[in-house]
Amino acid sequence: MVPISAYLILAAVLFGIGTVGVLISRNVIVMFMSIELMLNAANMVLIAFSRALSIADGHVIVFLVLTVAAAEAAVGLGLIIMIYRNRATINIDRFSLLKW
Amino acid sequence: MNLDTVIFIVSAVVAVFGATMMIAQRNPVASVLYLILSLVAQAVCYVQLSALFLGAILVVVYAGAIMVLFLFVIMLLNLRGSEDLGQPPKALSRFTKYTIGILMTLELVFIIKGAPLKAMATGLIGKAPDGFGSVEQVARLMFTDYLYPFELTGVLLLIAVVGAVVVAKSRKPGDPEETQTEETAGTNTNEAGS
Repeated sequence: MVPISAYLILAAVLFGIGTVGVLISRNVIVMFMSIELMLNAANMVLIAFSRALSIADGHVIVFLVLTVAAAEAAVGLGLIIMIYRNRATINIDRFSLLKW
Repeated sequence: MNLDTVIFIVSAVVAVFGATMMIAQRNPVASVLYLILSLVAQAVCYVQLSALFLGAILVVVYAGAIMVLFLFVIMLLNLRGSEDLGQPPKALSRFTKYTIGILMTLELVFIIKGAPLKAMATGLIGKAPDGFGSVEQVARLMFTDYLYPFELTGVLLLIAVVGAVVVAKSRKPGDPEETQTEETAGTNTNEAGS
C-alpha cells in the first residue's frame, strides 16, 4: 500500500509544474493547459483524502470540478479564437491591452 | 516493494514526465499529446485510490473530449510552433519564474511532510469499504446530498455553451451590432459570409 502523503506530494509537484508552465509559457494555449493541470492536481488531493477518510463526497466534488473545467475550456478556447482573429497571434505578451 | 508501490511509482514518474514535457515543448500539438499522457497516468493513480468511476471519467472526458477540443483549436489556428513567439520585453526573467515555481513546490511538499494528518501517522491507507468510489455510490451522493450543485452545474454548462457560441461567432469587422435588431444583424452576417 502507498501512503497518502505520496499522492499529496505527487499532486504538489504537478501543481508546481503547472505554475511554472503558466509563468514561463508565452503560448496562450500551453498556459491554458497548465491551468488544467493545476486543476487536476487539486482533484488528486480531493480523491486522496476521500480515500483516506473513506468518504465519497470528494468524488462528487471532483466530478463538479471536471464539469467546470470543461465549461472553462469551451469559453476560454472561444476567447482565444476571437483574440487570434483580431490580432493574428497567440503570444501572451502581445495581449497586454488591459495591463495599465 | 509490492505491486501497488511499483504501479504508483511508474504512474507518478510518467505523470510528472508528461507534465514537464508539456511545458517544455515548443509545438503546441506535442504539448497536448504530453498532457494526455500525464492525464492517463493520473487516471491510474485515481484507480489506485479506488476512484474507479472518476478514473474512467478523467480518461473519457478530459483526455478524450477536452484535449481534442484543444487540438481542434490548435489546428483551426494552424499553429506550427514557429508561431510569432519572439523576445518581447518581460517583467520577470526566466530564472526568476523557475525559482518561483520550484520554491512553491518545495513549500507545498514541506507542508505535506509536516502536516499532522491522522491517515499519515499510520503511513498506509487501510482497505477501502466495499463499493467505494463505484458509480452507484457516487451517483447516490450526487442525486441526494449534492442535487442542487449538480443541477447548477447543468445551468453552468448551458451558459458556457451559449457563451462560447456568442464569443466565437464570426462577425463582420466594425459591424455596429449593438445598435441593430437581432434580425438585421443576422442578415448582415449572412451577407458577410456570402
